[in-house]
Amino acid sequence: MDNLLSLITFLPAIAALILALFARGDDAAARRNAKWVALTATSATFLISLGLLAGFDPSNPGFQFVEEAEWIVGLKYRMGVDGISILFVMLTTFLMPITILSCWTVETRVKDYMIAFLMLETLMLGVFCALDLVLFYLFFEAGLIPMFLIIGIWGGKDRIYASFKFFLYTFLGSVLMLVAMMGMYNVAGTTCIGGCETSLLTTDFPHEPLRIAGYSISGGMQTLLWLAFFASFAVKMPMWPVHTWLPDAHVQAPTAGSVVLAAILLKMGGYGFLRFSLPMFPVASDMLAPLVFWMSAIAIVYTSLVALAQSDMKKLIAYSSVAHMGYVTMGIFTVNQQGIDGAIFQMISHGFISGALFLCVGVIYDRMHTREIDAYGGLVNRMPTYALVFLFFTMANVGLPGTSGFVGEFLTLMGIFQVNTWVAVVATSGVILSAAYALWLYRRVALGSLVKEALASITDMDRRERVIFAPLVVMTLFLGIYPAAVTDIIGPSVAALISDYREAVPLTTATAALHE
Amino acid sequence: MATIILFAPLLGAIICGFFWSLIGERAGQIIATGLVFLAALLSWVIFLGPIPETEHVTILRWIESGSLATEWGIRLDRLTAIMLVVITTVSALVHLYSFGYMAHDENWSDSEPYRARFFAYLSFFTFTMLTLVTADNLVQMFFGWEGVGVASYLLIGFYYKKPSANAAAIKAFVVNRVGDFGFALGIFALFFLTDSINLDDVFAAAPTLATTEITFLWMNLNAATLIGVLLFIGAMGKSAQLFLHTWLPDAMEGPTPVSALIHAATMVTAGVFLVCRMSPVYEYAPDAKTMIVVVGATTAFFAATVGLVQNDIKRVIAYSTCSQLGYMFVAAGCGVYSVAMFHLFTHAFFKAMLFLGAGSVIHAMHHEQDLRNYGGLRKKIPLTFYAMLIGTLAITGVGIPLTHIGFAGFLSKDAVIESAFVGSQYAFWLLVLSAFMTSFYSWRLMFMTFWGKPRGDHHTHDHAHESPMTMLIPLGALALGAVFSGMLWYNSFFGKEDVMREWFGMEPAVHHAAEGEAAAGDHAAASTAHSETAPAASTATETAATATETAAPDAAAGHATAETAVTDTATSADTAGHGTAGGDTHGAAPKGGIFLGPDNTVIHQAHDVPTWVKLSPFVAMVLGLALSWLFYIRRPDLPGKLATQQRPLYLFLLNKWYFDEIYAFLIVGPAQWLGRVLWKRGDGDIIDGGINGLALGIIPFFTRLAGRAQSGYLFHYAFAMVLGIAALITWMTLFGGAR
Repeated sequence: MDNLLSLITFLPAIAALILALFARGDDAAARRNAKWVALTATSATFLISLGLLAGFDPSNPGFQFVEEAEWIVGLKYRMGVDGISILFVMLTTFLMPITILSCWTVETRVKDYMIAFLMLETLMLGVFCALDLVLFYLFFEAGLIPMFLIIGIWGGKDRIYASFKFFLYTFLGSVLMLVAMMGMYNVAGTTCIGGCETSLLTTDFPHEPLRIAGYSISGGMQTLLWLAFFASFAVKMPMWPVHTWLPDAHVQAPTAGSVVLAAILLKMGGYGFLRFSLPMFPVASDMLAPLVFWMSAIAIVYTSLVALAQSDMKKLIAYSSVAHMGYVTMGIFTVNQQGIDGAIFQMISHGFISGALFLCVGVIYDRMHTREIDAYGGLVNRMPTYALVFLFFTMANVGLPGTSGFVGEFLTLMGIFQVNTWVAVVATSGVILSAAYALWLYRRVALGSLVKEALASITDMDRRERVIFAPLVVMTLFLGIYPAAVTDIIGPSVAALISDYREAVPLTTATAALHE
Repeated sequence: MATIILFAPLLGAIICGFFWSLIGERAGQIIATGLVFLAALLSWVIFLGPIPETEHVTILRWIESGSLATEWGIRLDRLTAIMLVVITTVSALVHLYSFGYMAHDENWSDSEPYRARFFAYLSFFTFTMLTLVTADNLVQMFFGWEGVGVASYLLIGFYYKKPSANAAAIKAFVVNRVGDFGFALGIFALFFLTDSINLDDVFAAAPTLATTEITFLWMNLNAATLIGVLLFIGAMGKSAQLFLHTWLPDAMEGPTPVSALIHAATMVTAGVFLVCRMSPVYEYAPDAKTMIVVVGATTAFFAATVGLVQNDIKRVIAYSTCSQLGYMFVAAGCGVYSVAMFHLFTHAFFKAMLFLGAGSVIHAMHHEQDLRNYGGLRKKIPLTFYAMLIGTLAITGVGIPLTHIGFAGFLSKDAVIESAFVGSQYAFWLLVLSAFMTSFYSWRLMFMTFWGKPRGDHHTHDHAHESPMTMLIPLGALALGAVFSGMLWYNSFFGKEDVMREWFGMEPAVHHAAEGEAAAGDHAAASTAHSETAPAASTATETAATATETAAPDAAAGHATAETAVTDTATSADTAGHGTAGGDTHGAAPKGGIFLGPDNTVIHQAHDVPTWVKLSPFVAMVLGLALSWLFYIRRPDLPGKLATQQRPLYLFLLNKWYFDEIYAFLIVGPAQWLGRVLWKRGDGDIIDGGINGLALGIIPFFTRLAGRAQSGYLFHYAFAMVLGIAALITWMTLFGGAR
């Protein structure tokens, strides 16, 4: 099918449109209908995307399913996926039905809520599929809006503060990116990202040193462009020290919002690094990689320590997300196969694991309406299934071999060790800290005697909740035991990315000798 | 067959853990136990047969990325076979024992099912431990390594209602992770240097590692040494060696069968196994071996001193385990890996037996664990008494001096001490001293438990009862091992080098008594040759040097080949290719379960140590027994007096050298403090307050706005903002930019 990507991308938006136009009333039946429409649309999207995966040729490192059409005023509409982006598409379509199912108990402004999520899905898919700079920017920025609304309308007590912090942080980053994009267009004369005759990916952006106001900037224009993109992606990831919006946003967001935020939205930053920073500005990437390494290593240790001190479950998991994203940024800029494979794997895996952890919080939040760790304790006595699931994802979060959490962490660390042993040692120490905070959280929530009055009649997970978790458990285990399912798909594209990069920035001879 | 051994326990764990509610708790327990017994049976079949070649079984692809290729697979050689027997045998017996031990438990009410969960955990542990020892690459070993960590976490924290059990479980996991941190770095370093983490490739590259320098942090290190040390840090965590030992005594919070299986016989020996498995690397890393000897010997001594004064029956045995693990490491560090495995093998039987015996005592005494409340139990629980007696005779090393007749520990411990005499005087003296203390505290435990008058609660003593058959049969089976395992396999592990080499599937020794001198001389020449050529020549010459080293053990007539190889290196790099089988960059991996370097003659020398050395552990044992008898039978007032007189020393030992307190002060406290500070000051004041001064100025403004205008207005504003930008970029790109 020629328009498969467009179909996948816009199917949720069409459903949203249908809801907006035809759904009337706010009685119980209308709310149910809205939920069913959303669930059906997202499920259908997932099923269709399976066809995408089936038709994808992993041995081809280039863009596939490319679509091109005229768009408004001379701009081109271009979509396509390669080994790097296709799994993000799959991750999104896989998680959305689960997300929708997880907000089955929401009863306020249901129709709007569903529309927000459906729009969000379209925009997220658009980001991963867009092969045109303007299109990418539109999807990338517009994705903010539904998320902003989800936090701002359906969020917690301090939702306004959190949603604005979220919005401003990410938005300020994007303004710089906007300027950079104009600059890129100036040089390349095209807005095509890849898969065209002249594209941004094949353009050599100048890296001769520039003199600005008496200062010489090595790496020249590439450095400036790199920094502008970095500002945007680093906030999205988020990297230390621009991570502080994330814990606030998570705490205030409703469960489903947290799931999407952690599982998918954060990955846009990592995807951006892989799609833009690394291949388009290799000289600057090479020069600034140590900066990224240290920011990542600090992020891992710093946020893990901060996680130890949290008393709010969601905040703890949010900080742990920042730490895990540290492995991703570190892995990407190692520019070796293990590092980048690991980074992509870590992003996919984190999508399942962090999503599941936020859902775990949601399960007990729905019952007790508090996220305070101290309000719980001894849940295993009354909720054995929940305790088992929570333990499973806690262990996956800790990076236990056999779960998907291990593979990404291990590969990125293996990648960084080849580049910088200092960073490797600091980052590896994260495995100790993550065990400490994650098990400490688990102990305080699930273990011990059940003494708190309020918990005496708490019920275990019901069928709907089990259905939500089952696919996540399966994927986490499957990718932990057979990660080749992912690395087979991403491998060739990553290898191509690396060899292009190495043409621009050869390995220093000393390192090269070791890799002969 | 190995595949069945590996997966039978997993199947048992799944059936018992997830489907017990369908088939009934008891059926689940029986299935899990039956499957482990099956695995044990098959393991013995493999163990008793010959294993001439290393077998490789591939099960599934695993992590693949660029040149990294790992698989789920099985490596079956003698080393694996030994571990298979130890693990499945002890596990099967512990499963059986648990039928009795876990039948009634006051930690649970009648309505709470816990037995199936316990059995599922035990079987799951067995599976992960088996994946560890059958691993054909280091990443799978790491899987098993962490897997047993999780199983241990689950089992230590089995009584999840007890805060102390939960704390101990976390401590065990986190402290082990410190070791894993080293292990992981070791794997990364190996991959970096050899471009593979498959054991055969790594072994083949080991000689090259010995001549490679690597910059690690600020240090310029020999690659083999670095890898050896990093992997050993992993081993220290799992095997509870000094500095990373603090979790093991606390792990006694778990049910006693767990202590016997995991914290005595199997998991804690994983570190020793790792060092033996990596013997081809350690043979080229003398500095790492020295570190292993020092840490092992010091741990053996430290743990023995602490064991002297503990009052909890399980903790005494736990420190004893810690100490015995030190013995094993000394042997491994001295380069006699087979002796390390020998002690591991015998120790598994007698230590599991001591724990299960202690469990039987605890069971009889209604979960009383304090030695001070025991006494005179010999008559009440005679079978348990005899079992414990055999275990004690085995661990203290009773046998007929200067012969090979004795309890298991007699043969293996003496082998360790004799090897230590050759390898390191420091280790030798500490181990002899530890043997004395081992004897003392083991007999102290026996005397306080089974002799004297009943102390403590009369009611408990009156109702003390012998354990059921399900608990006694495993004790009997282990007793067989504790008595005979040493004598039966003495020659295979230590007694006769030829037999040992054949048993482990290794090449026959290159140099024997007569030619030893000459061969060693040749080797020295070879080393000189390559140290001269290596710096000057390119990688190719280094490869040649590699070839020399691998060629030596490979060759049938070592003498001649060693000389040829020297010539090869000296003359040209090209011809040196003949030295190795494939002419590959790296030579072939050495054959056999373990590897002894060409100049490693420790085992040979250990046979020829002076008679007083051979007698020393026996003398130490007798002295320990005598002193213990004096203290706890003859003059029971003496211990108290000594404790009062030497109060600081007593407290120092009683508090385990204050390791926990020091760690709490130096690490745990500061980490928590740092976490709070980074959060409140770092995130709160500096980042939010400083860098985002702008944002903080704006947000309250918007918040006020929002408060006034309700949400609708606000969100329209946001929409407008983004759409405005989008319009802007469209316009800019269309009309502004392109020139």
